[in-house]
Amino acid sequence: MKFAVIVFPGSNCDLDMYHAIQDELEEEVSYVWHDETSLEGFDAILLPGGFSYGDYLRSGAIAKFSPIMKAVKEAANVGKPILGVCNGFQVLLEAGLLPGAMRRNEKLTFICKQVGLKVKNQKTMFTNSYGEGETITIPVAHGDGNYYCDEQTLDRLKKNNQVVFTYSENINGSIEDIAGITNEQGNVLGMMPHPERAVDILLGSADGLKLFQSIVKHWRKQHAITT
Amino acid sequence: MQLLHEPSPSMIKQEKVYKEMGVSDQEFQMIEDILGRLPNYTELGLFSVMWSEHCSYKNSKVLLKKFPTTGEKVLQGPGEGAGIIDIGDDQAVVFKIESHNHPSAIEPYEGAATGVGGIIRDVFSMGARPVALLNSLRFGELKNPRVKYIFEGVVAGIAGYGNCIGIPTVGGEVQFDSCYEGNPLVNAMCVGLIDHKDIQKGQAKGVGNPVLYVGASTGRDGIHGATFASEELSDESEAKRPAVQVGDPFMEKLLVEACLEATKHPKLVGIQDMGAAGLTSSSAEMASKAGSGIEMNLDEVPQREKAMTPYEMMLSESQERMLLVVERGSEQEFIDLFEKWGLKAKEVGRVTEGHRLKLVHQGETVADVPVDALAEEAPVYHQPSKEPAYFQQFQQQAGYRPEVSDYGKTFKDLLQQLTIASKEWVYEQYDYMVRTSTVVAPGSDAAVIRIRDTEKALAMTTDCNSRYIYLDPYEGGKLAVAEAARNLVCSGAEPLGVTDCLNYGNPEKPEIFWQLERSTDGLSEACDVLATPVIGGNVSLYNETAKGAIYPTPVIGMVGLIHKLEHITKQSMKEAGDVIYLLGEAKPEFSGSELQKLTEGTIFGPSPAIDLEVEKLRQSQVLQAIQAGTIQSAHDLSEGGFLIALAEKAFGTSLGAEVTIDDSDVLAAFFSESPSRYILTVKKNQQEQFENLIPEAKAIGTVTDTATIKVTDKQGHTLINERVQPLEDAWRGAISCYLKSKD
Amino acid sequence: MTYEVKVYVTLKEGVLDPQGSAVKNSLHHLGFGGVEDVRIGKVMSLRMEATEDTIDNQVKEMCDKLLANPVIEDYSYETEEVVSS
Repeated sequence: MKFAVIVFPGSNCDLDMYHAIQDELEEEVSYVWHDETSLEGFDAILLPGGFSYGDYLRSGAIAKFSPIMKAVKEAANVGKPILGVCNGFQVLLEAGLLPGAMRRNEKLTFICKQVGLKVKNQKTMFTNSYGEGETITIPVAHGDGNYYCDEQTLDRLKKNNQVVFTYSENINGSIEDIAGITNEQGNVLGMMPHPERAVDILLGSADGLKLFQSIVKHWRKQHAITT
Repeated sequence: MQLLHEPSPSMIKQEKVYKEMGVSDQEFQMIEDILGRLPNYTELGLFSVMWSEHCSYKNSKVLLKKFPTTGEKVLQGPGEGAGIIDIGDDQAVVFKIESHNHPSAIEPYEGAATGVGGIIRDVFSMGARPVALLNSLRFGELKNPRVKYIFEGVVAGIAGYGNCIGIPTVGGEVQFDSCYEGNPLVNAMCVGLIDHKDIQKGQAKGVGNPVLYVGASTGRDGIHGATFASEELSDESEAKRPAVQVGDPFMEKLLVEACLEATKHPKLVGIQDMGAAGLTSSSAEMASKAGSGIEMNLDEVPQREKAMTPYEMMLSESQERMLLVVERGSEQEFIDLFEKWGLKAKEVGRVTEGHRLKLVHQGETVADVPVDALAEEAPVYHQPSKEPAYFQQFQQQAGYRPEVSDYGKTFKDLLQQLTIASKEWVYEQYDYMVRTSTVVAPGSDAAVIRIRDTEKALAMTTDCNSRYIYLDPYEGGKLAVAEAARNLVCSGAEPLGVTDCLNYGNPEKPEIFWQLERSTDGLSEACDVLATPVIGGNVSLYNETAKGAIYPTPVIGMVGLIHKLEHITKQSMKEAGDVIYLLGEAKPEFSGSELQKLTEGTIFGPSPAIDLEVEKLRQSQVLQAIQAGTIQSAHDLSEGGFLIALAEKAFGTSLGAEVTIDDSDVLAAFFSESPSRYILTVKKNQQEQFENLIPEAKAIGTVTDTATIKVTDKQGHTLINERVQPLEDAWRGAISCYLKSKD
Repeated sequence: MTYEVKVYVTLKEGVLDPQGSAVKNSLHHLGFGGVEDVRIGKVMSLRMEATEDTIDNQVKEMCDKLLANPVIEDYSYETEEVVSS
């Protein structure tokens, strides 16, 4: 299976994502620079954290115009797994691939720590390796992670089981403790916590590895059926 | 026409305009002699910044010479952007600490942010990949609203810059004392990794080679920042202050990536960042080190503001700018390389023969001065030194001993002293995990970063107990170095070397110079004995306000090598049933301790003394025992003493401790801060092996799973019996509690 | 022709504004008890040349596409012709 890590100017978790896939998941992975236009040959697309374009206007607002984003949208449309973490989540929101928007953290300060996450939907292609209702430990590191959407959108998210992760303890003011959501089709996941930072027990937690393993599991299953 | 407001050479002399730039009569005469004529306004500007304390160390040079700066593993000592130490396998570690005190006092967010940006540039300009940041911060008492504002702003500024650029802020220290009110200390340290073959130097070699300017354009911000840093802060500072520099971490992120790519290009000759004194220092130093000259056409300098004068361009301290010298003919390759990162590289000059810095503006030569005179020949002063009266008085006040009636209460009170209290409020704002290599996060004795694709790791810390240095600069200086090394040893590392940031008051006052002199004696001696050479650093003088000078605060940044990942040791207790050992004796010495500060509200008396040979022996014993795999957790005893260290070992775990002390002097056993001491925990089945390695260590109790801390004396009387949770809550909540209070 | 355009972007009513709340609390502590609400936003100044498209159309498109996030933000703007000196 081949993963792409999109690199925007100002991405800074690209290295972490790359090593999580290469060293811990042991799958093929390449960086793709933001001004590329094709994602052909990749089976899954990862949008890493960081501060794309400095996040000076709004987090993720400028990155959505990068040439590569057209290819990301196409990949989303054909059902490939797309994972946006932290700034990657913000880019997906700004690009309209996921509903809602991010506001500054309620307490206005950046928060970096290990947090508890509840897996609310373990039937997605990103969470099929987790147990039902499992609580996992994954770190967050963000200043704008206070998720917002209007009530109708929230109703839809809940009805379709699009809320995949919630915080055990609301750290940033997000509505309904939301930490991660998918699109309606379930192949685009955006989440503020960093699973790629939780793939090696040496660094505190390996609970994020199952997320990447889920993607591979799903792909293998699909691949086995189609070939 | 823009020269209209600049005084002519003769006016400069007659009206002593140079004084406004911090140049003395005597120094002006030297400049006149060097040039053989009167300097014009631009030339005077060049001298004034290059001869400021910040750039020339003119008041501290005589003392810095005492530091041991060489060693088997030292690849680069002081003099370049940052020092370099070999860590084997053709890899090396690059590190440096630098102050940004005065800018942070005026504009805490941007002051701290640009301090971080500057130190990162020092490291990547050596060709190294920056992998970790640390910060040593000192503020006034948090009761004061202005101090709260500065504290919150500095922390946010460090977070804003470090988080955005994606270098983890993994450690450091935060202390509070009224002497820093109005003059906070913001010392930023950066650690980088490099392969030997990639080491760069800031040299402008090869006559005819082009000089390229890369990064942000030049504005009027920060003009005379270096001079500003070399004066006391007063109400006038507000008015005199240069336009605040604003950091752009996004630009710097692009610069890091592009410059690291450039440093791997075979046609790069030299690279240096434009830090203090901007274009002036980078060009003059690069030329001086290479024994060449530089000619620049200032019309080519990218400018952010209209009608900038040569003086303004040369003295601007706009951030995120680099100067490169490349081989003639390869300019376009570099321009393209930077273009890929969205950055413009522009040719602004060339390397010349004859050691001069020549500046051309609108077709006219506006400055022509010898580069060595700027970079190397600043006057050196040996200021008069005088033992202060306070020190003589303190030496007479031995034997201070407070009355403590309730050990449990004092224990809890100490945990909430801000210097001891958890700094979680601070470090949770820093992304300390990005780059996924942080094995030991902030809050332990030292931070630990693994080195990817190897079995090695780096431990790093900053340390300085300025109270002891104030009480006795010589002993305090030794204590600071010893504690930093001890912190590294506790994490399983072999200490490699030191970068120091010497923060003091006005050196022209004999009592301050005496502090500087005695403490550097102590620092040098300890660095020598502990084999940790000083490979670079920074001096920040004139840290004074109308209320007086800060405590002498030579911050020690130290980096150590952990040879195998399995040696990494944390301070937290690991397993119930492990045996707790105490190494080292508590003496009844309380002057300068947290207990004295808590009881008296101030400190006085003689500082504890340290035996460096004992320190060295114990460090090697503990490191050996760790490397032999016999130690489960290790923590040194510092501020607050034994009980505090024991509690810190329990926090964040669900464990507790039951110990018995046989000291007749309970007060000293609990609260003395005597140096060279450790609490170590050892698995039961490894006791014998451990005791063979450290026979002096005393088994004093066991780790329990009851989450209480219980201490009894030999007769079985309970001295302390506290549940861990309330202690931990008090310790964790102290800083945010202060910040929320409105008085 | 050259125009000076000022674009104001604020959080929509009903969207929590943590910065605004923090500033309101501070103002109350400073004794300005009469302050009922504070909303914080951004002001962007643009200097632009007229093209075939009207300034209004251009600015609206900029706001919709980039300068504001319609999910949480509202925008308004003012334009002024710059008289060349």
